[in-house]
Order: sequence, then C-alpha cells, then structure tokens
Amino acid sequence: MLSTLHPPRSLSRFPRYTLCTLTAQSSPSTTPPPHSQILSIRRALLSRQVTTTQLAESYLTRLRLTEPHLKSFLHVSDAVSQQAHCLDGKIARNEEVGPLAGVLVGVKDNICTVDMPSTGGSRVLDGYRPPFDATAVRKIKELGGIVVGKTNLDEFGMGSTTEASAFQVTANPWDVSRVPGGSSGGSAAAVSARQCVVSLGSDTGGSVRQPASFCGVVGLKPTYGRVSRYGLMAYASSLDVIGCFGSSVADTGILLRVISGHDRLDATSSKREVPDFASQFASINLLESKPLKGLRVGLIRQTLDDGVDSGVVSLIRGAASHLEELGCSVTEISLPSFSLGLPAYYVLASSESSSNLSRYDGVRYGNQAAVDELNSLYGDSRAKGFGPEVKRRILMGTYALSAGYYDAYYKRAQQVRTLVRKSFKAALDQNDILVSPAAPSAAYKIGEKKDDPLAMYAGDIMTVNVNLAGLPALVLPCGFVEGGVAGLPVGIQMIGAAFDEVLKILIAIDILI
Amino acid sequence: MIASTFFRSIQNHHLLLYPTALFRRKNGVLYCTMKSTEAQTATQEKEKPQPKIPHRSQTRTIDKISKDYEAVIGIETHVQLNTLTKAFCSCPYNYGSPPNTSICPICMGLPGALPVLNSKVIQCAVKVGLALNCKLSLNSKFDRKQYFYPDLPKGYQISQFDVPIATGGYLDLDLPVDLNRAGVPLLEIVSEPDMRTGIEASEYAAELQRLVRYLGVSNGNMQEGSLRCDVNVSVRPIGQSQFGTKVEIKNLNSFSSMGRAIDFEISRQVQLHSQGQGDLIAQETRLWEEGAQKTVTMRKKEGLSDYRYFPEPDLPGVILTKAYVDAIRDSLPEAPEMKRRRYEKMGLSMQDVLFLANDINVAQFFDETIAKGADVKLAANWIMGDIAAYMKNEKLTISEIKLVPQELAELIASIKGGTISGKIGKEILFGLLAKGGTVKGLIEEKDLVQIVDPLEIEKMVDKVLAENPKQLEQYRGGKTKLQGFFAGQVMKVSKGKANPGLLNKILVERLNAKS
Repeated sequence: MLSTLHPPRSLSRFPRYTLCTLTAQSSPSTTPPPHSQILSIRRALLSRQVTTTQLAESYLTRLRLTEPHLKSFLHVSDAVSQQAHCLDGKIARNEEVGPLAGVLVGVKDNICTVDMPSTGGSRVLDGYRPPFDATAVRKIKELGGIVVGKTNLDEFGMGSTTEASAFQVTANPWDVSRVPGGSSGGSAAAVSARQCVVSLGSDTGGSVRQPASFCGVVGLKPTYGRVSRYGLMAYASSLDVIGCFGSSVADTGILLRVISGHDRLDATSSKREVPDFASQFASINLLESKPLKGLRVGLIRQTLDDGVDSGVVSLIRGAASHLEELGCSVTEISLPSFSLGLPAYYVLASSESSSNLSRYDGVRYGNQAAVDELNSLYGDSRAKGFGPEVKRRILMGTYALSAGYYDAYYKRAQQVRTLVRKSFKAALDQNDILVSPAAPSAAYKIGEKKDDPLAMYAGDIMTVNVNLAGLPALVLPCGFVEGGVAGLPVGIQMIGAAFDEVLKILIAIDILI
Repeated sequence: MIASTFFRSIQNHHLLLYPTALFRRKNGVLYCTMKSTEAQTATQEKEKPQPKIPHRSQTRTIDKISKDYEAVIGIETHVQLNTLTKAFCSCPYNYGSPPNTSICPICMGLPGALPVLNSKVIQCAVKVGLALNCKLSLNSKFDRKQYFYPDLPKGYQISQFDVPIATGGYLDLDLPVDLNRAGVPLLEIVSEPDMRTGIEASEYAAELQRLVRYLGVSNGNMQEGSLRCDVNVSVRPIGQSQFGTKVEIKNLNSFSSMGRAIDFEISRQVQLHSQGQGDLIAQETRLWEEGAQKTVTMRKKEGLSDYRYFPEPDLPGVILTKAYVDAIRDSLPEAPEMKRRRYEKMGLSMQDVLFLANDINVAQFFDETIAKGADVKLAANWIMGDIAAYMKNEKLTISEIKLVPQELAELIASIKGGTISGKIGKEILFGLLAKGGTVKGLIEEKDLVQIVDPLEIEKMVDKVLAENPKQLEQYRGGKTKLQGFFAGQVMKVSKGKANPGLLNKILVERLNAKS
C-alpha cells in the first residue's frame, strides 16, 4: 500500500514533470536516492543542466498559477529571482554552494523572517516585520536555501484546518473545497502543489503531521529540542517544535539535518550531535527483498478503534501488512493512557498559550487600539487583534491556571503527561517504531467543523500524545480513500524513540517509497 | 524582569538572630550602624528637607507598645545584581544609560524570542543563599508570574515559585519603567516577620547591604535602586498569635528613613488600636514622605491578585551539582559577621569593630595593613582617625586614596621603632594620602629622621638657653611653666625631629643644672 503513493492527481495540470525530467537527465551513471528533489536539484545545478534562475522561475510560475485557488501563501518574497541570480553567479564561478542551494523553501508565517512580514496568521501582528531571522530560517539561508514566502496557518498555530487564519482560508490541492488541515495548512498545501520544494511548519499537537496526511505529503515532527525554537512564535512552549514538509522522506530528512542542532538562543534545544544521515539513504535497487528485516513495529490498538474512519483503518492495516512483507514484525500494542492525551493536551497547550500570548498587548508592536486608558488599550488591542479560536484558548488556559482550578486542570494534565510519556517509553522499549493513522479521517470540507470546536479538537487525537511525550514522528502518504475529485490522501504516522528520527524512521521508511 | 530570591525560611532568622549576640551591647551596635547608614545615603538625604522627628510622642507610643502591643515587621529587599548582562539575554546593563538603548528582541519580548538564563544570576543567588545560611536545593525550576503592565514586555515575569533555589524561597521577576532595566537581574530577599522595631529592621537591611557588598554581587546603592526595601508592618496586642492587618511601606531611600518610617507606622497603628479604631487600619500600600516624616496612603489593596503561576517551559530546571555549590562556598569571602568576630578576638573595641567591618574596602585595607605586621590597635586608630577624616574631607573612598596598606604598616612601624615621631608621622601620612609614595622615601626626601643622639639634642638645648637668657632667668626664678616654651623652641630648632622624651629629659637637666 505504501507503494500506492501517487502524485496529486487533481494537480496534474501543474508542470511537475519539469523536475522529473531533470532528474532523469542528471548523472545517469550513479543511482540517486529515490525521490529526493533536493538532491536532484543539486545535481542538476552543479552539472549545469539548469540554472537556479530557471528553476526558481518554474516554481514561481506554478505558484502564481495555483495560488489563486489554494491561497497557501500570506506573503511571497520579491527577492527570489535576485537570490537565484546570485547563486547562479556562484555556481558559474565554481564557488562552494550549500546543500540547499537553489531549493525554494516555504516558511510558516509564525516563524520569524527578517526581510518579510511575520504575522503568525494574526491580525494583532498585521504588518509586523521582525528584526531577526528564526534560527531555522537563518540556517536554511546560510546553506543556500531560498525562502520563497510565508505560508498561511491557523492563527498562532491554533487550529486544525487553517480556517482560523485572520487573513485567508487555504484550500486542499487535492480538492479545493476541502481543508488542507492545520495549523501548518499553507506549508503542506504549498509542497503538495509543488509551489516550493520543501517547507517549514510547526507542530504543537499535530500541526505538521495532520496537514501532511490531508495534503498527501511527507511531514516530519522532530524530537522536542532537536530544532531551535528561537524565532518560532510561541503557542505552547513545552510542546512546540519546528517541523519539515517535503515530497519525499529524504527531503524532509535533509531539511531536518540543516535546521537541527543546539542553539544558545534556545535553552531547551538539545546539545546532542546531529548525525549526517543524508549520506545513509540507500537506493531501493540495492536492497534485498526484505529490507526491513528485524524492525519491530507496534500498531497502536487505540488508534484503530471506533471513531476512526473505516477507510483510514483499512489503509493503515494494509500498510502494516506491507511492512510485514518487507520484513518487519508487526504486533498490535495497547497504550492505555492514549485517550487521556487529548484533554491533557488541550489543558496544557491552552494554559501555556494564555501566557505566551500575553505579550500581544498592543504596547510595543503590532496593532494598537486607539484608546486613552491603559486597560482599554490592552482590552481593545486584544479584542480586535485576536480571532475567536485564539480567544477561546486564552480563556480556557487562563481558567485552567487560575487559583482554585490549577490542581484540577493544569496539575492533573501534567500528571497525565507523565503517564503518556511513560507508556510511550515502555512501548518503544519493546518496539522500534509505533504506527497509527495521522488523523481519524481524510480532509474534510471547508466550514464543516468551523462551528464545532470540540469535533475539530477530537481530530487531533492521533497526534497530540506524541507532543506530550516529546517524540519524533513521521507522516507519509499510504493510500487514498474515496472522496474529492479523485480520492483523498491518507497518511500513516510512524513514531520513534526520542532523537531516533534518523536511523529508525527516516532511512527505514525512505527506502519504501 | 528581575530575578530575585525569596528566603522565607527560618534559616535566615539566623541573620536576624545574629544581633542577639549584639543585643547585649545594644546601644553601641545599633547606633554605630545608624551612623554608617546616614553616611552612605548622605547625598540623597541632603537633597530633602529633614525636619526633626517628634521623638517624644514616638518614644511614648513605643513605650506603650512594649506594654500592650507588639509590632510585626517583615522586609522585602530587592538587590540588583551587578552581572555584566541582563538575566535572560546578553544585553549589558549600566545604570543611567539613555532609555531603550540597551535592548534586544529578547528583553523586548518580541514574538519568537526566548529567554536564556545568565548563569551568573544563579551564581549570585547561590552566593547570597550560602552567605545567609540558607539550605540550597540542588534541583529547582523557574515559573511564570502573570500580569499586564506596559513595561512588562512578555506579560509575565520569570520567577521561582514553589521549588526555590534556597530553601523556602523563590526567584522572581520585576518590571521597571524603562526597558533598559527590563531583564536586569535582581535578588529579592524576604525576611520572616520577625522584627519588632524600626531600628532592628534598618539594622537588618544595613547588614544585607554589607553582605551583598562583601559578596560582590551588587553595589548595594540605594540611590540607584540597586538595593530597595519594602516593609510590611502590623501591630497586635501582646499575647495575640494572629497577625494584625498588614500595611506595606514603600519609598524607603535610606536605612534611617526606614527606621523612622517603621516607627511612625507602628505608632500610627498603635494609636488607632488604643483608640478602639483598629479596624481603620486597612491592608494598603503607604508611601513614606521624607519631608513630612510620615506615611500616607498610596493605594488600597485591590483584592488578591491571581498571578497564575506555572512552570516556565522556556527554561530547563536549574540543577546545581554539589561540586558547583562547594566551589562557590569555598570561594566565599569572609562574611561581615565573621569579620566582626575576628576583629573582636583581636582585642578591638566594639566601636572599632563596627567601623572597620562596615565597609568591605575599609576592612580589606585594615586586613592588609595588619598582614604587613602593623600593630592592630594602632592600625585601627590611624584608619578610623586621620585617614577617615581625610576621606571625609576630600570625599574619597578608601580605594581612591593614594596611601597603600603596606605604607601604613611601614609608618606605624617607623613610629613604634622611634625612627620618626608621632607628629612627623602625621605629616608623612598626609603626604602619603595625597600624593602616595613610600614612608622611607618621604623621610629621606624631607630629612625627617628623628634625632635621638643626646649630644646633638644637648647642643640644641644649650643654643636655645643661650639665646633666651631672660626667660631662663625667669624660669630659674620660679616660673617653671616656661619649660614648655623652651621645649617648643628646641623642637623648632630641630625642625620637629628631636625625640620628645629625650629632649625633655635633657632640657630639664640643663634648666636645673646651675641653680
């Protein structure tokens, strides 16, 4: 079933073949790792088969063509051509270029960029331009990547559909009447529609993985602490991570390698060494018939229960048998604390957000209400600046942290978090990876859950536990269910042990697709 | 945001109880401290009119307290740490920089910016914690304290709430008006409500100031706001275990005003109590008015604030290793208390002890002088006498004078050994204070070696007697008071260098010789 990944059929009108052709033409003597656009681009550029300018132009053309339907970008950079030109000069002069040279990267708008607006999808930061780049963005730029623009999101990452953006609603490239998922819906849709090569998202409770599933792309949520959060507008600091979207596992892996590592500006970033795994990707041609022999896979029983779309369940089970065929030993495992994760997540994330969003008071930056009195300045700036979902979570979080309620909500949720962490640890001691759907269903209609926040929250059940446990997880397409124009993609989630993104998940899985 | 440590534990009581040893000599100690306090804040206090305090009525009221009422005083002290950078970013902090010149995305609380703890803050907190005999907890964490204020950029302070670095305390953050000060690390030391009088409270604060200066964690200047004290005062009838309604006093700019403010507030509250109007004492913040010498209502307490504390997710827990704490403990300088004990054992009077140990720099000067072999009592006398007077006149600190401990020791030895007279010694001292140099150099330069050769002195005596026959006749005629005149004349001839003892001995011999 994993091999049933198709290019987005509804987007066949987009010139995806450009890159395929490039790949086919470049260095035929060596076998490239499968489906890495980043590596293909590099080869094509260094062998002078294409210029960065041509490459950038083909993406920008496609972006201009698709953007009116998708609305995945809040801002498109006007410096792409100039940066491409600059890179072409370097290549022509045989100067060293970074591993992301010529790679167009979309950046979620809650990640700060110095030369572009960064609004977090919120009216309260309309027009705000940060004076610094997020560490992840800085690293991408330093290694030759070109930031193509800022992608749409649910305001400050709070939402699962990208409908909570203050500025626009992004559509799913597979069916423009459907949501792309969220909150990183813009980044997922942009990669899905090949508006850019890879993109950055953020994942607090599933905001990279669920839209990756909805849009049929690969989404990687790293271990908490693997990537610096400096420059990521905080939603829930103990859960937030910057994640990667790509059209292949290899691409997300290469991007992850670029943005990972300790950052002295983020005290929670890990000092662990970042392994260079890009060199470890193997071509499928070189592998034996059971390449995943010995890999222990745990299928989480609670994620295939009632309430999960039957089409999704059968795709996941199908993917599991495919894994078995490839040599894995698959067993069904139980995580008793699984269902507790969702309420615990919403208590903790809302609590932290109520604090993190206090800084948007209209005093120093962003939109300021025109009033004379201080309390009205706060009140009006925030009342006008924040959307309803953000207000709902600030209120929930403020309530949960209030004197007299703290023990019943925040403290209890922290206890659940410890339970969740322990049960994942135990399961990952027995298994190399755990497997579940990325979402209970495929993409649903725009507006379908807009007035039913609880139904939307319930959709996060598959992903929030992973954030509570701080673990890495990868979502990749594993098939289609009926719906939309020609079927809707469904993603499978693979969860690894902390800081084990590389060996257990990425490499193992990349050889599958 | 300002980091602060809250020591509410009884361990800290130790510090308050330290004066119990001193209470036996209550007057000397407490008054001496008050003196040094006034000196330290003199510049500030001069700017304000200082009307005389109506001592009598206050004394009377306080007398009454001792019978019927008991005051309960607790102090919150904010000590601004002299780290080179702010608590959570690498912005330098200098007092008095133009507004908003020392800021960055982090202390401005821009979206996406994260705090990273300056390890020096922990170091300072550990130092103070150890010096206050607190029990340190090796695992602690930070929490957020939430409220809105225009110059609180993030809408919360980072503090330590329930797992303090020192037992019973927490780290806290505060917000000043100018963002330059946003993020300046500040230690908050909160006392138990153990104190009973204004003078006891101001002594507590003065001791804290000495301590942070000794430790080198803060300059402790009240004028710059580096040391700020907020005082809580309540009174209750003697024997009642429940506390009375608590009033907070702010704007205490010196230790002496703290003492006066507290005593005023105690008498105000006691008067209300004794007039049966105890319920008029409101839980409020009162401002000390230096001019009027009274406290006035600043703001009434608007119910209890809910700061919604929760663990700070941006900062990992603070884990102190035993080795780290031990290293700091080993490097701690001698605390003021230890220094006083040591000076006491050297045989110095309590007055000397308090003077010398009050200022770390003076104490170091003294210690270095005696380390060079100087007589303890003589060194103390020189420092407290002529040197202190010179510093006062010239408005210099002991670090700014040209005299070095080595030379003071040399000077004392030269006098003791008879090389120079005490009078010449003073002359040399002022030379050393103003211009520096060495005792030996000055003695040689000015040819000031004392004349101890009896023959030489005899010659000078004879010369003087010969030149003043009239006075000699009067002397021999019974006017023996003229001995002083002759002594002066001889000293003049010797240019002050004659050994006075020898001079007088020879002079008397000669005067009485032919009669």
